[in-house]
Amino acid sequence: MLLGFGAQLAAGTLVTVGLAVASLAGGLLLGIAGAAARMSRRRLLRTAAQAYTTAVRGVPELLVILIVYFGASAAVGRVAALFGVTGFFELNPFLAGVAALSLTFGAYAAEVLRGAFLAVPPGQTEAAYSLGLTRARVFSHVLLPQVWRTALPGLGNLFLVLLKDTSLVSVVGLDEIMRKSALAVSYTQQPFTFYLAAAFIYLAMTAVSMAGIQVLERRAARGMEWSG
Amino acid sequence: MMAALHGMAAESTAQLLAGAWLTMQLTALAMLVGTTLAFPLALMRTSRHGWLRAPAYGYVFFFRGTPLLVQIFLVYYGLAQFEAIRDGFLWPVLSEAYWCAIIAFSLNTAAYTAEILRGGMMAVPLGEREAARALGFSRWQEIRLIVLPRAVRQALPAYGNEVILMLKGSALASTITLLELTGVARTLIARTYLAVEFFALAGLIYLLLTLLIVRGVRLLERRWALPGQAIETVPGTRHGDLLA
Repeated sequence: MLLGFGAQLAAGTLVTVGLAVASLAGGLLLGIAGAAARMSRRRLLRTAAQAYTTAVRGVPELLVILIVYFGASAAVGRVAALFGVTGFFELNPFLAGVAALSLTFGAYAAEVLRGAFLAVPPGQTEAAYSLGLTRARVFSHVLLPQVWRTALPGLGNLFLVLLKDTSLVSVVGLDEIMRKSALAVSYTQQPFTFYLAAAFIYLAMTAVSMAGIQVLERRAARGMEWSG
Repeated sequence: MMAALHGMAAESTAQLLAGAWLTMQLTALAMLVGTTLAFPLALMRTSRHGWLRAPAYGYVFFFRGTPLLVQIFLVYYGLAQFEAIRDGFLWPVLSEAYWCAIIAFSLNTAAYTAEILRGGMMAVPLGEREAARALGFSRWQEIRLIVLPRAVRQALPAYGNEVILMLKGSALASTITLLELTGVARTLIARTYLAVEFFALAGLIYLLLTLLIVRGVRLLERRWALPGQAIETVPGTRHGDLLA
């Protein structure tokens, strides 16, 4: 199928999925940290988190990827020069991609999570404390399940955006779907065929993700059906 | 030596500013064409007729479900695969990276903007539409005079977000040889090896443009606000909305 490039595209798809999942994990961690910092009592943390979310959300994702890739390579080069080793150091494009996409996802996720935390009525936290629950318990048993439910639609959207943004990492040389398609194009001279094939792979991944998100949302809303 | 360095800095700044100008041009043109396409698309999406709804749904699903990069490549590289297009009268336009970028961006933002508009239309209270019908408005009058003006106001904050997304998306034009802001930064880096410096400078210019858009949309919101409908003024939330 696909003039013998089916296996190549499949391999690219695996790389794309790996990149998306790894960036989702990294991005969620950054998002939680960012949301916590935004709601912190310390001014310094709040300002730093605000600067992070504003800067990353105001700069193109492609530029973030290029900055991380070339910036990290330059930094490694400078450190190596201290030890007398010179030359151009190339960072692993997969790691650069995970770092850049996590940064992007985290900046948006911080806002989604902050909104979800603020949406839990303060009376619930007070009630939990007055029942003698510890801080950790209040967080894990009272706040988290509700934050998860409210944040899920927003986080789901962000994942769909992330999935498409993985295509940009092809620019720094990662062999994901887009680069595999470009490779096939250079051999076959059939750009429309292969970029359309790539488009349909992304569409399929989007459809599967949407179905998965819906299952998660339904699970998170168990027992809440009556309140919409 | 110093004079040469100063000359280089001045030249790079001029090139970056020229790139920023092209970025603004691409964003503005794509938004103009895309928004124009979005109105009929949104009306089709909310139509009573299945044969109108289905193609609009397919269009929106395709353009929102695939990366912008794929869409640009399909237009710029993909169309050249067909001889009929290479020999066609549109080839002078379709062989130019500039127009291919505009076409891909416009088609892309049309899908997102149509969904934003649809959301705004759904938010118009049913009572207002019923009132219009009770007054004997035709269907078209009802949409043009009641639904759309309300929907546009409702959709404005989300539309501001879409303008920002388009501004950021326009960076992809650099992948098809266009020297907009990101493209200029990339060529300057290839020449000088000052990667972090030039990318950071380009990033700052993007940030500045983003803040300008946020300001502009806020101004429009205030100007179009209906009397008696207060605008949220909780500090920070507006900005948060626009960038979300």
